[in-house]
Amino acid sequence: MTSAPEPPSPVTSITGPTRVGGSGADAFDPEHLLSMRGIAKNFGAVQALRNVDIDIPVGEVTALIGDNGAGKSTLIKAISGIWAPSAGQIFWKGKEVHIHTPRTATDLGIATVYQDLALCDNLDIVQNMYLGMEETRFGLLDEIKMELATLKTLSDLSVTTVKSVRQLVGSLSGGQRQAVAVARAVMRESEMVILDEPTAALGVSQTAQVLELIRTLAAKGIAVIVISHNLTDVFSVADRIAVMHLGTMVSHGPIANYDTASAVELITTGESSRVPSTLSPAQ
Amino acid sequence: MSTPHTEVESLATPEDEVSTNLVAQLKRVWQGDSGLLPILFGLAALVIFFEVRSSVFLSPENITNLFVQSTIFVLLGMAEIWLLLLGDIDLSLGYATGLGGAVAVILVSSNYRWPWYLALPLALVVTTACSALSAFIIIRFRLPSFIVTLAMFLGLEGVLLYVINAQGTGGSVSVQDNVLYNLVNGNLTPFATWTFVIIVAALLSVMMLRADGARRRSGLDGRPLWITVSKIVMLGVAGLLLILVFNANRSSFAHVVGMPFAIPIDLFVLAAGTFILTKTKAGRYIYAIGGNTEAARRAGVNVNRYRLLAFMFSGFTTGIAGLLYVSRLGGISTGIEGGTYVLYAVAAAVIGGASLYGGRGKMIHAVLGGLVIGTIANGMSLLNMNAATQYIATAFVLLAAVIVDSLARRGNTSAG
Repeated sequence: MTSAPEPPSPVTSITGPTRVGGSGADAFDPEHLLSMRGIAKNFGAVQALRNVDIDIPVGEVTALIGDNGAGKSTLIKAISGIWAPSAGQIFWKGKEVHIHTPRTATDLGIATVYQDLALCDNLDIVQNMYLGMEETRFGLLDEIKMELATLKTLSDLSVTTVKSVRQLVGSLSGGQRQAVAVARAVMRESEMVILDEPTAALGVSQTAQVLELIRTLAAKGIAVIVISHNLTDVFSVADRIAVMHLGTMVSHGPIANYDTASAVELITTGESSRVPSTLSPAQ
Repeated sequence: MSTPHTEVESLATPEDEVSTNLVAQLKRVWQGDSGLLPILFGLAALVIFFEVRSSVFLSPENITNLFVQSTIFVLLGMAEIWLLLLGDIDLSLGYATGLGGAVAVILVSSNYRWPWYLALPLALVVTTACSALSAFIIIRFRLPSFIVTLAMFLGLEGVLLYVINAQGTGGSVSVQDNVLYNLVNGNLTPFATWTFVIIVAALLSVMMLRADGARRRSGLDGRPLWITVSKIVMLGVAGLLLILVFNANRSSFAHVVGMPFAIPIDLFVLAAGTFILTKTKAGRYIYAIGGNTEAARRAGVNVNRYRLLAFMFSGFTTGIAGLLYVSRLGGISTGIEGGTYVLYAVAAAVIGGASLYGGRGKMIHAVLGGLVIGTIANGMSLLNMNAATQYIATAFVLLAAVIVDSLARRGNTSAG
């Protein structure tokens, strides 16, 4: 798609372990479940994304951070098939893919849990977990099979606070709802789970539950992308950080290379006097 | 990269702790999704009130009459529930049911002389098609069902007047076919009544016990056995009472006994609707669409297909209601109050416990709600109360039901 990749901007070139250049499949590292190269997205004259490169490794939590309007959601939507990028390449397990519909993303094994969770309050946990992919027996719903599988998935994820999986989702707390939405994604055998602001509306203990859940996902070998505004959460849960600023990926690397101050600096100004010296292992 | 190792067990929400509290549990039963208790209590209160005031109320004759009277509310309520579950409404059901009845009456009349086995199914096709047309317009042009079915309401009233007047029989057509006439006015023999009730009760008992057994075999915590057993006992008692009521002679100048055909028809519609709603994907999706359309869409549910399907189920049920309506009245006339009937249909569903906000309700709710409306009408006329009082009483019951619905809804979602 990008026959003539744009030259990388100065900022991207000095940051991140990403092999910058966006020149195609040879840049692929088998550790990376998903790699994006030179992704751009235009809405009319507005450039929402410019030449974004990112690699998402398996079994790790990547925190995608940035101010409002930095392009985090736009990038996520390109991965989850809400819209196709205007330019750039996406590699899934080393093969170039074109994710044009949410269905394509789901089929690849990418599950996105949006902030609104998309749960039906009037259905119970089992019914929500299986919505759209019900198990049937002789054409009729197989409630027992679905309930057993739900119990197993929740216990695999160490979700222990729900009293009964036959509880209506509307009666659950915010953290429990988040857990159901995540479990739903996991049960679909997703290899990558994207969480959009999973802790935004939660209290302290609920947040702790969700962060715990995120670590459990990563421990199961799932690649996790978390969008968050909360740097405390980010530093407590993430293995890697990717910072976006005005539609570009300004920094990208293991969390050890950052601290709260440098992250804030990157989020607000797009550059940091301190980060470049501590990283760029690719060079 | 510290892993937040918090004691997850200790993070149970306050709500969990309250649940051990008996009061809260009772409250949940009262508000719960399956809570038939408020409506059963209400119905019992009405029955006691009317029996105290009028000694005829609980006579076999009057109870049988009450069931037959309520049939139209029960069936139209069940038709409306399909749509209320989606968060939609159909205002045209009253005239659609009239049109369905009219089609049947006219086709078997001396003008056309169709056999009943063609005329009756065609009536059902007509009402199903009316609902499908509404659904198509609603979906295709993304219009609110309220407005589209309001237009349909006016349109169908016009069509109905036209069709009846075209018969040249002075604004009404009477039933001239025995099968159609007997839908409501015919009775099972006392022996058939026994057989029917016993088979239905046995079937339900076996189904409940088997469902419990299957859960227990899979290691899931089932309902305690005593709940199922007490349900079966209540079922048996209710069945026995019905047999005694229906098999008692209810005429002073002839021998009239047996269960009216209308009852098995109601039960069949109830069973079919409940089956679809609880055992099939279609039912599950109808609930999901009513609960959160966007969530259903994102889960891959073809929202439009299942909305259309629900409208068609509703139309089919409306057709059955129309057949029983003309059967009971012995014909169809241009004076049919389709507007009142549709409002009673919505009222039956909501009084029974279905939610106007979508996603909550069961077929049985319409049956109980329809019986409440029928009981009020029946009891008040026994007490020689005028229509004005009846309307006002029904208004209060409806209002009470909607308030309970709204409170239950708040109770369900306030947690977290």
